[in-house]
Amino acid sequence: MDYFLELLLGGLTRGSIYALIALGYTMVYGIIELINFAHGEIYMIGAFTALIVASVLTMNGMTGISVLILASVVAVLYSAAYGFTVEKIAYKPLRQAPRLSPLISAIGMSIFLQNYVLLAQTSDYLPFPNLIPVLPFMEPYSQLMGSTELVIVLTTTVVTVILTLFIKFTKIGKAMRATAQDRSMAMLTGVNVNRVISNTFIIGSALAAIGGVLIASHVGRINFYIGFIAGIKAFTAAVLGGIGSIPGAVLGGLVLGWTESFATGYVSSDYEDVFAFCLLVLILIFRPAGLLGRSTAQKV
Amino acid sequence: MLELRNVETFYGNIMALKGISLSISEGEIITLIGANGAGKSTTLMTICGLVPARRGDILFMGRPIGRMEPHEIVALGISQVPEGRRIFPLLTVTENLDMGAFLRKDRAQIARDRDHVFSLFPILKERRHQQGGTLSGGEQQMLAISRALMARPRLLLLDEPSLGLAPLVVQLIFRMIEKINEENRTTILLVEQNANMALKIAHRGYVMENGRITLEGVAASLLDNEDVKRAYLGL
Repeated sequence: MDYFLELLLGGLTRGSIYALIALGYTMVYGIIELINFAHGEIYMIGAFTALIVASVLTMNGMTGISVLILASVVAVLYSAAYGFTVEKIAYKPLRQAPRLSPLISAIGMSIFLQNYVLLAQTSDYLPFPNLIPVLPFMEPYSQLMGSTELVIVLTTTVVTVILTLFIKFTKIGKAMRATAQDRSMAMLTGVNVNRVISNTFIIGSALAAIGGVLIASHVGRINFYIGFIAGIKAFTAAVLGGIGSIPGAVLGGLVLGWTESFATGYVSSDYEDVFAFCLLVLILIFRPAGLLGRSTAQKV
Repeated sequence: MLELRNVETFYGNIMALKGISLSISEGEIITLIGANGAGKSTTLMTICGLVPARRGDILFMGRPIGRMEPHEIVALGISQVPEGRRIFPLLTVTENLDMGAFLRKDRAQIARDRDHVFSLFPILKERRHQQGGTLSGGEQQMLAISRALMARPRLLLLDEPSLGLAPLVVQLIFRMIEKINEENRTTILLVEQNANMALKIAHRGYVMENGRITLEGVAASLLDNEDVKRAYLGL
């Protein structure tokens, strides 16, 4: 039973990270129907930024929670700027082009950013300090779930709730939903669609950066390639949940996290990816639009 | 108020508007009639900036708007009720109305305007928490008009408001169009296939054929015109 609980909580942690990154995929897809393949790289850049900021701060004698907060804030701002710029350079000029063109551009951006970090930093794994402080009250439960894992799950929960409220109640959120449902009609009500798209990239990138800082703290090392793998997994989570749907991205992340966790725990870690992608195939066979996805037919 | 001079619009290489000129004065109801594919909707899309003109000038209140972005044109006071109503299907009725007032900041006045459109179309008030996609066609048309009114437009463009609606609803919609014009002195450009009804409420009309304006005049004289009768009124 303890073992089961351990796997359950492990899957929850893993799934939370997938969810944070999947939100970026699903929001961008909801607005411009593009799979932003460079999204994983934004997450990787977030982790690198946090590493650099944290190293500088630690060298100057700073310790504790302030390092985590400062590193996260800089990572979020830096990644958001990257997401914004990537959209302006690689996708906006292709707004009227056939749908395949921005997709290819996205893959190109992904390769470019990987190699840029490879050249600017290093190809080796770099150790990443655990920025998340040890919470004393978690000590008795450390067999099941550590402080880092708790912080990851809590952060994801808080961020998702804030995002949901933002999209439901603010003017920018309404404009995002309207644009996702009918772009040219949104323009006719006075929405500056280019600004909405930029906002979407900024928000998605900020979430990816948070995910990057958290998972780097959890795993303890990073390199230029981590964005690719995390990106593929988070993309899978977004499709599982129903791409375009925000609750779907969270659910998809959790389902994927649990599948991997239980597959590793009860079968073998060698089969982790096999189970994850089999699940994807099964769900796409029986629910092609994903768990919470809508079929595209709408009443006119 | 609005003037189009030799406007040419293309979809790719296909010329949809072949040099359109028309003018609308403040407070008028103008109707644009013609067969399917004559270029009526394209004219409205060009005015709104969604399908920009390749040649010619569009002036609104004396300002050239032909090169402006759609959201800038809305900000000047031009709102459109597009063909097929284009309600945001997953937003509630209230949220759809909020989208209409997207560029406005005067919250108290927006709330008053919302009450006003609810008084024009009481059914919308009953359904205000429902998603737009669950409304009937007639209700969606009322919502589309209300959404456009929420922007407090000086010029309201209506594209086929009667399309696919029951005759009683069509009459209600047309009465409302007249009322909006009389109460707020909102200028109206009405595109219609139902030429008979459109010419009855309009002051002047233009007839379009194959991307050109072939006839224009006072609405009453168009109603009596033999060519119009034969081609568009089924007489």
